[in-house]
Amino acid sequence: METLLNDFSVGLFFMQAFILLILIVLMRKFAWKPILDALQTREDGIQEALDSAEKAKLEMQNLTASNEKLLQEARLERDGMLKEAREMKDNMIATAKEEAQAQANAMIEQAQIAIEGEKNAAMAELKSHVAGLSLEIAEKVVRQELSNKDKQLALVDSMLADAKLN
Amino acid sequence: MYNLIGAGMIVIGGGIGLGMIGSKAMESIARQPEAAGKIQTAMIIIGALLEGLAFGALILGK
Amino acid sequence: MVATKSIKFLVVFVLALTSFTAFAQDDAVENNLVDSPDEIREYIAHHLKDSHDFHLYTDNASGTHYGFPLPVIVWTSNGLKTFMSSAFHHDDNGEVVVDKDGTKIVKYHTKLYELEEGAAALSFDEDHHPTNASKVIDFSITKSVFGMLLTGLLMLLGFGALARGYKKGNTIPKGFSRVLEPLVIYVRDEIARPNIGDKKYRKFMGFLLTVFFFILILNLLGLSPLGFNVTGQIAVTACLGIFTMIIYVFSGSKDFWAHTLWMPGVPKILRPVLAVIELIGFLIIKPFSLLVRLYANITAGHFVVMSLMALMITMKAAFGPVASTGVSLLLSIFIMFIEILVAFLQAFIFTMLSSLFIGMAVEEHDEH
Repeated sequence: METLLNDFSVGLFFMQAFILLILIVLMRKFAWKPILDALQTREDGIQEALDSAEKAKLEMQNLTASNEKLLQEARLERDGMLKEAREMKDNMIATAKEEAQAQANAMIEQAQIAIEGEKNAAMAELKSHVAGLSLEIAEKVVRQELSNKDKQLALVDSMLADAKLN
Repeated sequence: MYNLIGAGMIVIGGGIGLGMIGSKAMESIARQPEAAGKIQTAMIIIGALLEGLAFGALILGK
Repeated sequence: MVATKSIKFLVVFVLALTSFTAFAQDDAVENNLVDSPDEIREYIAHHLKDSHDFHLYTDNASGTHYGFPLPVIVWTSNGLKTFMSSAFHHDDNGEVVVDKDGTKIVKYHTKLYELEEGAAALSFDEDHHPTNASKVIDFSITKSVFGMLLTGLLMLLGFGALARGYKKGNTIPKGFSRVLEPLVIYVRDEIARPNIGDKKYRKFMGFLLTVFFFILILNLLGLSPLGFNVTGQIAVTACLGIFTMIIYVFSGSKDFWAHTLWMPGVPKILRPVLAVIELIGFLIIKPFSLLVRLYANITAGHFVVMSLMALMITMKAAFGPVASTGVSLLLSIFIMFIEILVAFLQAFIFTMLSSLFIGMAVEEHDEH
């Protein structure tokens, strides 16, 4: 400690303090301030550039996303339209079929009715024919049969027997 | 003479202290190599404080 | 390019070492080489001290000194006196008396003394302390002051060029400024910002950067063959430490003083004791450890380098000139590299601890 104090030079201390003070003031004014400011502005510039790049990237992403969305919408719309068209087609076919069926049914029915009518008419004609024919036959049979007395009686008897059975 | 003995004791103490700081720092760096920078800075600061203590004692004893 | 640079560096380096060894011979008292351990010890002690002239080399054959004198400015009992240090004729033993307007000034072991009225020569007591002379306040441009001025000039030129480069609109510096810019950024981002805090660091950057480069350049100058030992002067490091102390004392926040003087969370009886301890810590121990660390590291470094160089003289008898020179050269080159590391490390640590202390002082606690 003693040698240390002996080595301590008061004059050197003051010179050092003086020089250091002046140096700090000068360096602050002429060197550190402009250097630090320049570094700061440069770093701010870099940060800004990075930020704007990030922003541009984000915007780009947004753009592609919206494009994608538009495309998706268009695709959906197209799909919807196609589906609608298909439905319409199906509908049309179905209605056409139905109509055709109905018409056919109606025609068939009419035809049936006509056939029935024709048949009835034919039956009636046939009946009257048969009746006339039978009457003729009966007339001829009766004329022949009634010429013989015994045969008349036998006929009556058989008829009676038949009636009994009825 | 006594000064020299005292200086020797200071150097022994300081050496032990520095060794402990160094060994622990090495272990920490080995355990967490990603924190090497921070550990080194802390190590240097603690080492400097220890050094200041040892030098202070040496100077006071001189 | 790199190869030529490293060769240049090597040449400078070898020159540095050889001129140190030249120093080991130049202090001989007229044709008397420094060759005994006592003379070497005295020579090293002399180098570690400040000197009043810039002494490069002495030709032992002719006895001429190469170098230049520096102005001496002293505050004596008769006021300010100035003269050139050549008036002492390289005397350091108090034998040459400079009579300046009736004030007699002598130089003894690099210190200037004013002789008392009527005394013609310096007389000593048993401990070699002068008895009939008083110390003067020495504002001389000594070798250390010269070194500081040189450093200041270098800093102004170097960083002025860097600043001008930015002003001209070059966002990327050119030439030597490229080396300086990362150092500035390092001090800002690794030393000041993490320790002081993002909001307040800007105010202290002027001091921290100046001190960092001041110490760094002076440390490196001390390793050059010019033989400066500025950061190994206790007055210089004391001044640096006291500057740091003044800065953190005057920029201390309210919280800092509250914590220092009236520590919350401890029993009231202990608080004054703690306040005294904290005050001693902040006002004396911290600056003292700062200044002693720098002083002791640089002094020890110079001492070790010069002692290893002196090995070539002290070991000559035992191992022969070639072996002793080789061993001494190898060891001193090795230690020189370590000293270059120490030069950076000490500048870093001084700045680091300064910003740490400033950070402690300006910190504001939100939690209380």
